[in-house]
Amino acid sequence: MTPENRAAYWRANLQLVFGCLVVWFICSYGFGILLVDVLNNVRLGGFQLGFWFAQQGSIYIFVALIFFYAWRMNQLDQKYDVHED
Amino acid sequence: MSLQTLTYIVVGASFALYIGIAIWSRAHTTGDFYIAGKSVSPVANGMATAADWMSAASFISMAGLIAFLGYDGSVYLMGWTGGYVLLALFLAPYLRKFGKFTVPEFIAERYYSKTARIVAVICLIFISFTYVAGQMRGVGIVFSRFLEVDVTVGLLIGMGIVFVYAVLGGMKGITYTQVAQYCVLIFAYTVPAIFISIQITGNAIPQFAFGSEISGAGVSLLDKLDDIVTSLGFTQYTGGTKSTIDIFCITLALMVGTAGLPHVIVRFFTVPKVRDARISAGYALLFIAILYTTAPAVGAMARYNLVNTIQPGEVGAVDGNLVYDERPDWMHTWQQTGLLSFDDKNGDGRIQWYNDSNPDFAPTAAD
Repeated sequence: MTPENRAAYWRANLQLVFGCLVVWFICSYGFGILLVDVLNNVRLGGFQLGFWFAQQGSIYIFVALIFFYAWRMNQLDQKYDVHED
Repeated sequence: MSLQTLTYIVVGASFALYIGIAIWSRAHTTGDFYIAGKSVSPVANGMATAADWMSAASFISMAGLIAFLGYDGSVYLMGWTGGYVLLALFLAPYLRKFGKFTVPEFIAERYYSKTARIVAVICLIFISFTYVAGQMRGVGIVFSRFLEVDVTVGLLIGMGIVFVYAVLGGMKGITYTQVAQYCVLIFAYTVPAIFISIQITGNAIPQFAFGSEISGAGVSLLDKLDDIVTSLGFTQYTGGTKSTIDIFCITLALMVGTAGLPHVIVRFFTVPKVRDARISAGYALLFIAILYTTAPAVGAMARYNLVNTIQPGEVGAVDGNLVYDERPDWMHTWQQTGLLSFDDKNGDGRIQWYNDSNPDFAPTAAD
């Protein structure tokens, strides 16, 4: 791998990690904690939305986030030819 | 067959299964013993991680904690699961890529220092012992309840069993034992949750029942719960009492702590490839999420049920509360373990449970 390629791979990696972290922060600290009172004015079935994010929604998003990260990293590994097999 | 015999059979059979697996997957090499020969599939590793990590705290305490904390209990839900995102993004793939057995080895290489390694080992031992102390207390409580023995005796039985299969099978044995444990654990947790959900809301899926209407009442479970707990002087179930900054900081601490747990990190050394380490963190959290999204539903329904049991009538009315002598069987059983007790302060032979530290409610509670 050329140095430019290596730098590009690492940059793409960091961008992906940063993007995932933003979602991670918004759904838990944002919706579940800081904005909980505002979101609680919105209903989701029998839930208040903020409460739902704090006790259910954030967990679902965390799971999806890790699978998304693994999938995107595999694509990057292929693209920069650093996959393992 | 009495309940006691049945309990012995079920507990005995699950132990026999665990030890059987340990014998079948005995470790032959150092690699087998520490990292299961790097041959564990990501799904199995995810399951083992989930079983390994969801310990006494998640299995026996969390739903109860949430039942009493309400919204404040969210710190455990978000904190303990959100840490896996950090683990998957920052730790698991990189440590797996490094390709050694343990974290102290990584520290030693990274900082070119034996001293750093020793510091890491001391930290690890400290973390592990603190962690194990809590778990063992949980083991003791579970056995004291099931086998109706003393907490210390229960603890020794549990420790003995774990010792046998850990020493025999090493990481490989533990991994496959934990896959079996996960199946037992999630079955044991979700089945009662499903039945409670059906009973209270008529919806079989706890995650949905959590947001459903109570059967025949035409009002949602959480709204009803908010209503009845405030009528007893407590704060709203969906409101909580902690300040936002407390919730924020506790969640952050729990997330960072989860990402750094040594017995979880070591699991990512056991998969064949870096790619597997990434996806395996996803499977681990998926399997954990099944329990973690069920627990708050169980918590809310348990609180609802408990309040309704103790307070079948009007708050403050003479005959509004459960008569002590008519209390349900489970209260008798838990009283025997010493973990549940009653103190009839007003001497009326009934069970009251009010928040007497709430100044607006204190006059009612005092009667």
